[in-house]
Amino acid sequence: MKTILQRVPWLWMMFVLAVAYPILPGLDKEVFEITGQPVGRVIATIFISAILALGLNVVVGNAGLLHLGIGAFFGFGAYLTGIIMVREYPFQREIAPVAAFFLCVAVSTIGSALLAVILSGPVLRLRGDYFALVTLGFGEVVRFTLRNLEEVTAGTKGLKPIPSPWTMDVDFAWNYRGYYFLTLTFLTIVILLLRNLERSAIGRAWVALREDELAAASMGLNVARLKLGAIALGAGLAGLAGCLFAYVLRNTSDPDQYGFNISIMTLCCLILGGVGNRTGVIVGVVLVFGFDNLLSPIMDSYLQRQLFAVADPAGDVRVFGGRIGNTGSPYLNFSGWRLAVFGLALIFVMRFRPSGLIPARRGSTKES
Amino acid sequence: MPLDLFAAAPAGGLDNFLQYCVQGLLFGALFALIALGYTMVYGIIELINFAHGDLFMLGTFMGLTVLSALGISVSTAAAANTGLTVLAVFLMLLIVPTFCAGLNWSVDRVIYKPLRNAPRLAPLVSAIGVSFVFMNFGLFWNGAIYEDDRPVPAASPRAFPDLVPLRNLLPEDAGMRFTTKDVMVVAITLPIMIALTLFVKRTSLGKAMRATAQHPTAARLMGINVDRVIGATFLIGGALGGVGSVMYALYINTTSYQAGFQMGLYAFTAAVLGGIGNIPGAVLGGLVIGLVRSLGSVYVGETWNSALIFAILILILVFRPSGLLGARTREKV
Repeated sequence: MKTILQRVPWLWMMFVLAVAYPILPGLDKEVFEITGQPVGRVIATIFISAILALGLNVVVGNAGLLHLGIGAFFGFGAYLTGIIMVREYPFQREIAPVAAFFLCVAVSTIGSALLAVILSGPVLRLRGDYFALVTLGFGEVVRFTLRNLEEVTAGTKGLKPIPSPWTMDVDFAWNYRGYYFLTLTFLTIVILLLRNLERSAIGRAWVALREDELAAASMGLNVARLKLGAIALGAGLAGLAGCLFAYVLRNTSDPDQYGFNISIMTLCCLILGGVGNRTGVIVGVVLVFGFDNLLSPIMDSYLQRQLFAVADPAGDVRVFGGRIGNTGSPYLNFSGWRLAVFGLALIFVMRFRPSGLIPARRGSTKES
Repeated sequence: MPLDLFAAAPAGGLDNFLQYCVQGLLFGALFALIALGYTMVYGIIELINFAHGDLFMLGTFMGLTVLSALGISVSTAAAANTGLTVLAVFLMLLIVPTFCAGLNWSVDRVIYKPLRNAPRLAPLVSAIGVSFVFMNFGLFWNGAIYEDDRPVPAASPRAFPDLVPLRNLLPEDAGMRFTTKDVMVVAITLPIMIALTLFVKRTSLGKAMRATAQHPTAARLMGINVDRVIGATFLIGGALGGVGSVMYALYINTTSYQAGFQMGLYAFTAAVLGGIGNIPGAVLGGLVIGLVRSLGSVYVGETWNSALIFAILILILVFRPSGLLGARTREKV
């Protein structure tokens, strides 16, 4: 039986909104004046996060393997792009920017998928939380390696600048539409691809694997190959997201961007929205990353203005004469509460709605 | 350019090597205290208690609060006389483990207990959620403890008062150092570990714990109150973590709201290395990880430390999933 939340055509609604936003003339400028945030650009990064989350969903939702290190493959993709576009700078000038972009997309996707196969191959026989732990370990090893190989990755400084994928140099701050539609196109392609894949033989085999590994093996499915395929696809999508991320940011940021934090945030999207359900995952991404990248900065600047209005010159904030903190106190900032908000969201969802806000329709979501 | 892994070659010979080993073993004892909390909980309800590292972190802030209530801050710690120092350490060792044990027990009661029969993933994800909440709490707490009446930036690491003086107890020409801080670690962790072993081996509650770890249903049929045993496990694990946080804070003299994540992962690695669920294994694992960390930062380079320890974790899980002392069990279908 469908619940009300499952009946709403979320995906179509979000798609129409996403296309409408940049088409409506002057909307982004208007929004910027109200919020002080480059909302259009942030939405482009949310599209990228959605690709990342869909990649993780292949591993966790479809194949039923808890993966805690997806951030590493996100970062690996970003750094592959950075290495091609920044380290190999002479190469850039001999090739059209568009061609270089598609080369980066291909290299980041395939490179991340290969890395995942090489790393995960030996640990496939581990089950349940041990596998989760190993992926967490991989995530951290990749992050530390990126940080320490300064000759290649420029350490914590990150590789920059990554040129834009089109020939003419558009004004980055306002003409966000190029990146916006680029990322939206990739996201749409990924969604269509995953939809078809889920209905194919391999998609059904993943469901069998998720529901009961032993039974799936007894029915003649090659469990190791199925798992490896899911991990490779997930990591490949994460690498693609990393490539786009580096392009939109125009640098690779620093390796700490790709640590445990991003892996867990992405997992949060899945669990909140509904593991194994594409629509749910995207709703989760909008909730989690929308909260983090849009709502938090907007509320923060608003709250700061309010606080400075009432604070005394030393920065102390008083309510009815009682000192409640300093303008810098984290609990007087909206974003100071983000960890608690996500933590409590995880706890409450697990307790009261274990299959997420919009649960997957087919079968149960039992995990091993 | 090829990467020079051995760029940081240590100065000196055997003496220095021994010194690094001693340092590593002492630090390993701290890892072991936290690893015990992981291993005991995993042994009984098969939950990787992700929040345990952050419980440890909250313990360091509780210690900081105790010290600031006694009027000891970073700037006044050196001037504290012996009586005050002993009192402060004693109070911390009393209050912090009690706080950690109580918190750990309550979290189990409120959050993990309703999920006992849920799929395996549910308590694990909840534990990650608890760890986030703890971290946020630590952030606020750090901002709320003032340093000499001044607020400090809550997100940055902060110094812990250097209460125990760093005095070398060996003669100068001995070639190595063994300081008062080292003595403190040995004098406190060793008796605790012996007491824990005796407790689990000799007392009836310890026996009940072993029974529950082996087979919860069978233990329940034998008249063991499994819920009470699990509660006791969380209490003891939390208290050990609390002792660990006092030792760590006095030894390293720094803490931050993020300290729990890395320390927790090291400790968990130690627990897995020794064979998760195995109490002597956790201690052995802690000592090995301590040694690896100490020697690794000298011979490989400090920036590679974490990568090295995670690589070890992965290798163990691949080649010896049941750890050094763990018994190999067949999976039941």
